[in-house]
Amino acid sequence: MGRFIVRRLILAVPTLLMISFVLFAVLSLAPGDPLSQFAANPAVPPEVRENIKRSLGLDQPWPIRYVKWLLSMVQGDWGFSFGSRIPVWELLKLRIPSTLAVVGTAYLVSLVLAVPIGIVSALRQYSLMDHVATTLAFIGFSLPTFFTGLLLIITFSVKLQMLPFIYDSTLQVRDMDTLAAQLKQSIMPIAVLALFQTATVVRYTRASVLENLPLDYVRTARSKGLAQPTVIGRHVVRNSLIPVVTLVALSAPTVFSGALITEQIFRVPGIGALLINSIQNSDTPVVMAITFTFSVLVVLFNLLADVIYGVLDPRIRYD
Amino acid sequence: MATTVTAQDLVRSPAVAEPVLRRPARSLWSDAWHQFRRHRLAMLGVVVFLALIALTLLGPLLYHTPTDAIDYSQGLLGPSVDHPFGTDDLGRDLLARALIGGRVSLAVGVVAVLISITFGTLIGSIAGFFGGQVDGLLMRFTDLFLALPALPLLLLTIYLFRDVLRKAFGPEVGIFLLIVAVIGMLNWMPCSRLVRAAFLSIKQKEFIEAARCVGAKDSRLMFSHILPNTLSVIIVAATVNVGQAIITESALSFLGLGFPPDVPTWGRLLYDAQNFLDLAPHWAIFPGLLIFLTVLSINYIGDGMRDALDPRKTH
Repeated sequence: MGRFIVRRLILAVPTLLMISFVLFAVLSLAPGDPLSQFAANPAVPPEVRENIKRSLGLDQPWPIRYVKWLLSMVQGDWGFSFGSRIPVWELLKLRIPSTLAVVGTAYLVSLVLAVPIGIVSALRQYSLMDHVATTLAFIGFSLPTFFTGLLLIITFSVKLQMLPFIYDSTLQVRDMDTLAAQLKQSIMPIAVLALFQTATVVRYTRASVLENLPLDYVRTARSKGLAQPTVIGRHVVRNSLIPVVTLVALSAPTVFSGALITEQIFRVPGIGALLINSIQNSDTPVVMAITFTFSVLVVLFNLLADVIYGVLDPRIRYD
Repeated sequence: MATTVTAQDLVRSPAVAEPVLRRPARSLWSDAWHQFRRHRLAMLGVVVFLALIALTLLGPLLYHTPTDAIDYSQGLLGPSVDHPFGTDDLGRDLLARALIGGRVSLAVGVVAVLISITFGTLIGSIAGFFGGQVDGLLMRFTDLFLALPALPLLLLTIYLFRDVLRKAFGPEVGIFLLIVAVIGMLNWMPCSRLVRAAFLSIKQKEFIEAARCVGAKDSRLMFSHILPNTLSVIIVAATVNVGQAIITESALSFLGLGFPPDVPTWGRLLYDAQNFLDLAPHWAIFPGLLIFLTVLSINYIGDGMRDALDPRKTH
């Protein structure tokens, strides 16, 4: 197992190299000058612009810039943001906590809800509860997150005036009141992400349990005289959750992408909002850093899914 | 021999066997259609989806209210007889805009999927058919694309290249081509894997060996013998992808990086509506419902097709 993880980690390196190369190439070859805002400004003469360009290293050909970016990135230096004049890493550090808080909670909430619902729904196939659960899951799965977000705002902020629709990141939790405010402003962004993720996981869990129920080992467990809760809890569920765990690990990057949209709707100043702003301001180092972070997440969670699969399912052998 | 009566003859008397023999031949597709028709929600999905297509194609011909008639005195009105979907801040009729925009949204979904399916099938069939090093190389390529962060990359490429394409093909066609190409090229990977897997199993079958023995060339084996047998896999994947592509386009427009304001796609309408949620919730609700209905019906159709084309489930 240890050797497998090491080998997969080594294999991930060329993938990430290729991805970073592609991203860098797209960014550098694209028309659009990061210094275009200076070009429009008559107070900045062309010579000064050239100087700024040189100080940012933009006068060199892009393959050289790529190698330089790569070397400093490996050493932990992610470059300077063109827009805010602080290291990219500092900028990310400011934004990551709010994204992680929202995405992480949504992820947990969806798991806590979805797995039991999926299991019960499969055990009582074609019951009223199953019909309700599968229909809701289908609807949740087909509702785009941006529409759910707007619907929630219309219902809870505009009509009922219960929840604020703008996320205030300066809010610090000091006492019960601020805690309540923090909870109130987090409910909707979390709910939007959690709804979609829950729907996906319910469908998957239900299908997986249904696939396992008619198998021989379940009949064996029953004929041994085991009680229903033991058969389900110790045998069926444990086996059915193997693919579900993989799906959950694989969908983590999708949830982060979903955060791009919810952050836009609720004005959460997270990493997704930063990405959109930086794209619009041609802040190349920040864009590069965030998109590359996303790729690392994808590769990492793919690896994690593989490893978890191997740990949970002893039939899978890595050699 | 002729006088021996087997158990089968006793069970299946000629009178019963006759109608069975006379039953018209049934192909995979007619079987699938029979199966599909029994999936009530999928049939409902077909009806709703066709209705939505008809509405966006024929609607603007029958509903004559202009999409861009600005009238500030009519701004932000709720649904009424004159304006069934209400009006936006400039007093433009939202039903007319939603109908015209729907054409674009649906077209993006279908064309993007055609691109991704074509490319995915091509890669998958070459990898699956030739195997070996070609397969290894193409699958590495697929894995690389799978590891690309789709939404951020979509945003990035569209932002970076839209001005160029706008200049080359005009504002609407240019951005349409760009969005369709980018969505298509970031979604072909699952299809290529499915097609590859199907090719790998089908090329081992006897009928392929037989075809090879009569001298069929590689291209004939690939396109006339194996590919038709993978169609069911491709069609199911394509159906579900249309819904995803429509959501992706709407998401891009919603983030302000899709179509320009004068092309009112459903996502663009939502983007414009989000600052008026308190005064004009109808502005967001109607286009959102249209996206939701489209995607829901497509997903049910996909579900029905998956059941219908799954040979394990034939009744």
